[in-house]
Formats: sequence, C-alpha cells, structure tokens
Amino acid sequence: MSGPGFFDIPSDLQNSYLGLVGLHVEEALIPVAIGLAVALPLGQLCVRFSWLYPPVLWITTVLYAIPSLAFFIFLIDYTGATRTTVMIPLTVYSLVLLVPAFVDGVRSVPQETLSAAKAMGFGPVQRYLKVQLPIAVPAIIAGLRVAVASSISLVSIGALIGNQGALGNLLQDAILYHRSNLALNSVLTTAVLAVLLDIALVLLRMALTPWMPRSGRAARRAARDAAVEPAGRAALEDASV
Amino acid sequence: MIQIESVTKRYPDGTTAVDDLSLDIPDGSITVLVGPSGCGKTTTLRMVNRMVEPTSGRILLDGSDITEQPVNALRRSMGYVIQNAGLFQHRTIVDNIATVPRMLGWDRRKARERARELMGRVGLDEALAKRYPYQLSGGQQQRVGVARALAADPPVLLMDEPFSAVDPIVRKSLQAELLRIQQELGKTIVFVTHDIDEAIRIGDMIAVMRTGGRLAQFAPPQELLSSPADEFVEDFLGTDRGIRRLSFFTSDGLALERGPVVAVDAGAEQVARATAAGAPYLLLTDADGKPLGWVAPQDAAGGADKVAVGSLLPYGRPFAAGRESLRDALDCAVLSPTGWAVAVDEQGAVAGVVSQEAIGAAIRSAHAGQREDGPAVPVRTTKAEVAT
Repeated sequence: MSGPGFFDIPSDLQNSYLGLVGLHVEEALIPVAIGLAVALPLGQLCVRFSWLYPPVLWITTVLYAIPSLAFFIFLIDYTGATRTTVMIPLTVYSLVLLVPAFVDGVRSVPQETLSAAKAMGFGPVQRYLKVQLPIAVPAIIAGLRVAVASSISLVSIGALIGNQGALGNLLQDAILYHRSNLALNSVLTTAVLAVLLDIALVLLRMALTPWMPRSGRAARRAARDAAVEPAGRAALEDASV
Repeated sequence: MIQIESVTKRYPDGTTAVDDLSLDIPDGSITVLVGPSGCGKTTTLRMVNRMVEPTSGRILLDGSDITEQPVNALRRSMGYVIQNAGLFQHRTIVDNIATVPRMLGWDRRKARERARELMGRVGLDEALAKRYPYQLSGGQQQRVGVARALAADPPVLLMDEPFSAVDPIVRKSLQAELLRIQQELGKTIVFVTHDIDEAIRIGDMIAVMRTGGRLAQFAPPQELLSSPADEFVEDFLGTDRGIRRLSFFTSDGLALERGPVVAVDAGAEQVARATAAGAPYLLLTDADGKPLGWVAPQDAAGGADKVAVGSLLPYGRPFAAGRESLRDALDCAVLSPTGWAVAVDEQGAVAGVVSQEAIGAAIRSAHAGQREDGPAVPVRTTKAEVAT
C-alpha cells in the first residue's frame, strides 16, 4: 500500500492544499500592497525634497538587513504568533524595494517632458498624476516584481513561529512526518506561484503601458536606456556618503 | 505685442543670466533670440511664460503686465515648443496634440478632431494619429511638438531651440514648414537658437545677445548683415556675411542673355548666330526648352543636332529667375564649369544665362541702391521658398 499522496496535507495544518496556496498568496501580497501604498507618497516626498532620499534609502536598507527571524522575535511580544507578525517584516522589505523603484521611475521622466507639461499649464498635482506617475509605471512594476517574488519566498519562514508560514509549514511537516514529498511540494508550489505572479505583473505592465517599445531594436534601445539608470542611483548614493 | 522692459534675472549665486534687457517683440512675426551659450536667450524666453521670474523689470503682453493673470492661464495662451519636442511618451500622437484643448475644457471628440486637423497642417500623415512617440522619427516628433503648441490656437508661440536636435536636412525642412505655417497663421513667434544661419533664415527680427545677458543688436536680418553694430555681432555672423547678405536681394534685376541658348535641333546657321552673341559657350536645350548642357561653339559649328548629348559640359544647378536670390544665382555661376549660371522659369525651361561678371555687376548695383534707399527691400514674400 502506498503512503499519503503528493497533495495530501497533514491534518495538523487544518487546511487543504489549495487553502494553503490561498493563504500563502494572501500573506505575501498584503504586505506588498501596503508597501506600495506607503512607498508612493514616501517616494514622492523623496522626489520633491531630494535631500530626503539618501537618509530614507539608508534607513530602509538597514531595515532590509535585519533577518526576518529577528523581526519575529521582537514582534511576537506585541502581535503574538500570528500572520500579522509575519506580514510586518514583509511590508518593510517591500518598502525597501519599492521606494527606490518609484523614485527612479519618477526621475526617469525627461526634463523636457516636465518642462513641456509646466509650460502647457499643468499644475503640480496634474503633473504628478498625469505625467510623472504614468511614466513611472514600468519602473514601479519592475520593483513590484522583485518585491512579490521575495515576499512569496519569505512567507515560508513564518513556519518558525507556529505554523504561520502557509506553504512553508509543509517543510516542518516534512521533517515531522518523514515525508520528503511535502518538502518538494512546498518548494515547487512556491516557485510556481512566484512565476505565475510574475507573469501576471508583466501582463499588467503590458496592459498599462502600450506606449513602451515592444519588440526588436526599439525594445533593446529602451532596455539600454533603462540600464543607464542604476548608474545614476549609484552616483546619488556616492554623493550621500 | 510683447514688451520686455529693463528685465534682469540674477540668480542667488550671483550669476546674471539676463542684464537690463529691453525688447519690443512685434505681433504676427518671427523674432529670433540668438547668441552663444550662456547669453540668457533661453532664460529670456522662459520669463515670457513665467517659467522663470525676473529679478527686476517687467514684461507686458498687449499692454498689461503678464503677472496680472493666473500663471497657468497665461501659459495656456502661449504655445511652447522645445528641443527634443518633450512629448508625453505615454500618450498617443493625437492625444499629445489635444493636451491643451482638453485642459481648456473641450470635449474629447472636438479636441481630437482639432488635433487631426493640425497633423495635416504640420505635414504629418494622419495614419500616425494612434501611434506613440517612440514610433516616430525625431523630425516627426518635432512636428508633433509644433502641432501640440498650436492646438489651442494661441496668439503667441515660444520656441526654444526646437530644431537643434535633428539632422541638418530635417532641420531645413522643419524651418521651411515653420515659415509656411507662419504665412498661413501669422502668430507672434519668439524663437531661440544658437545657430545664426537659422536665425537669418527664419527671423523677421533678430536679437543678438552676448554672454552676460546683454542685447548686442536688435535688427532685421538684412540690416544685421549689412551693418553689424559692433565687433561681437560681426564675429558672431561669421566670415561669409557678405555672401549671406545676397540672400536678401532678388535676382529680378539680372540681365539674362538668350543669345547663347540654342535648341538641340538647331542647324549650323542658328549656331553661328548664337556664337556671334560672343559667349564662350553655348547652352543646348531640349524640345521643351529644358537645359541639357554647355558646348564650346567650335564643337557645335556643324549644327547642334550633330553634338552628342553625352559630351556636353554639365550645367549644374539652375536658379529660378526672379524667385531665387542673387546668392542662389551667384552660387550657380560659381558651381558651373563655364562660369555662367542658368536661369529657369517656373516650368523649368531656360529663361536665359548670365555670367559671373554680370552677377557681380548686379551685386554692385544692388549695394549701391541700398546705400541710397537705406535698408534693402527684403525678399520677404519668397522667404519660405528660399528656405526650401
């Protein structure tokens, strides 16, 4: 007689396979959504007051360097062994990725485009909503792709604080019940989720930015232009040291 | 009329971009601000739509201070065209052009209709309407920039080095297009450039500015070329201003000779008569009177029909008699292997030929006439054609 199947989830997790998948997606995406909601105004402040950007970047980078486990130990006194405890550090990590993405995106709007907008009688709010934000969309979505992928993989660590890791909990059960297929299931499902969400974001970007060069030489040119940007950011960081 | 009254722009770090500048910019014509980089020409332009606020002095638009109306209303009443066009990369061509009308509250359909009409006016194929800026060439983008500035039919157009970033051939066609549009619309255009040739080609009035933001000379182009105010202006105009000045004299007064012109089927007798006119070469023409090439009289003595067309000397580029300037006529003569220029009429048929010496005489008498009558009568009506 064969043992439990690949998709048979041990009863201690009190969830079906699809239930775990749903939970995993939820725990991964809510932090990214909150991170985005905070990154947009924070990023705009950094664009508006450029002296703010180096310290913000510095602080968020330091936060990024804190291991999630350390976050959990600190937070567990306040929020307990709950999903919230898992999602708070993930929110912070998303923020770290999304603020620079947004700032670089807005800064990539060519100066003459902004001048033209101003000269045509766009006020500051209209300039932000109708020119800067739409043009920053590709950069923001590029940031979102990294944030979502990292969030999906990090949710699993929540298993360490009492089965709050969704698909990650399968890893612990794999050890507990000597079922290596649970570990394989966890890893594969997480990877598939990350890939699917990434594809969804790429499709979203394509839907939102019909104005971007798509194919052949134009796309390569755009990629080259985009590749110039990180250099700009590095220069900025140098300047802040 | 835009009146700039003792305007100064000084930055907090102490640099003076514009220094006590006064300028009356006439309505319905193109005024060019030209000068080396750092002469404050762009700053001056940007003060007109209040992208930059002057430190002192004031600017009047039709008699009232531009600070009296809300800044965005002022800007919407002035079209603005910049280098690299500054198009909104996330909007289609038609929506780029419709931007200001939409802001002024036009409904979408009317604004797009207007945008399509303008595409035609600036020489853009309407098929491009739904494209995005990245799909257009630099020259096409610049045309969109001009159309966008014209969309709400503003009385004033501000142009900041609009054609500097495109290649010389495209630039020339854009300049010609601008002159053509200006003939139709008669806007008040303020145009900034660092290129003196461009200034002379398109300007009705030219303000030459020097480093430090001071006005060196404000004059129509032909006056600038004939009597530069000082050494700086003279240097800035370059060494060939004498030649360039000839652009402002028409070729009307040239005495065209028909004597040395013979049809390709002319017999020995006609050739002999043409030879008697005394020109060193004869110009052969085809049945429609179009030029074929030059031939030495002794080679055609047996009749023009005996001459192999392939053995003719090339006639170079002919000039349009009366419509092109003395500069074009001289250029033709200099380029011609025989030293004679070929003048053609509107159909391209030979109107006559003229020697370098005769052109030289015409130049001398044009200059003499100008000294007597003051500034030469500009070849204004033909400016658009001259540029093409």
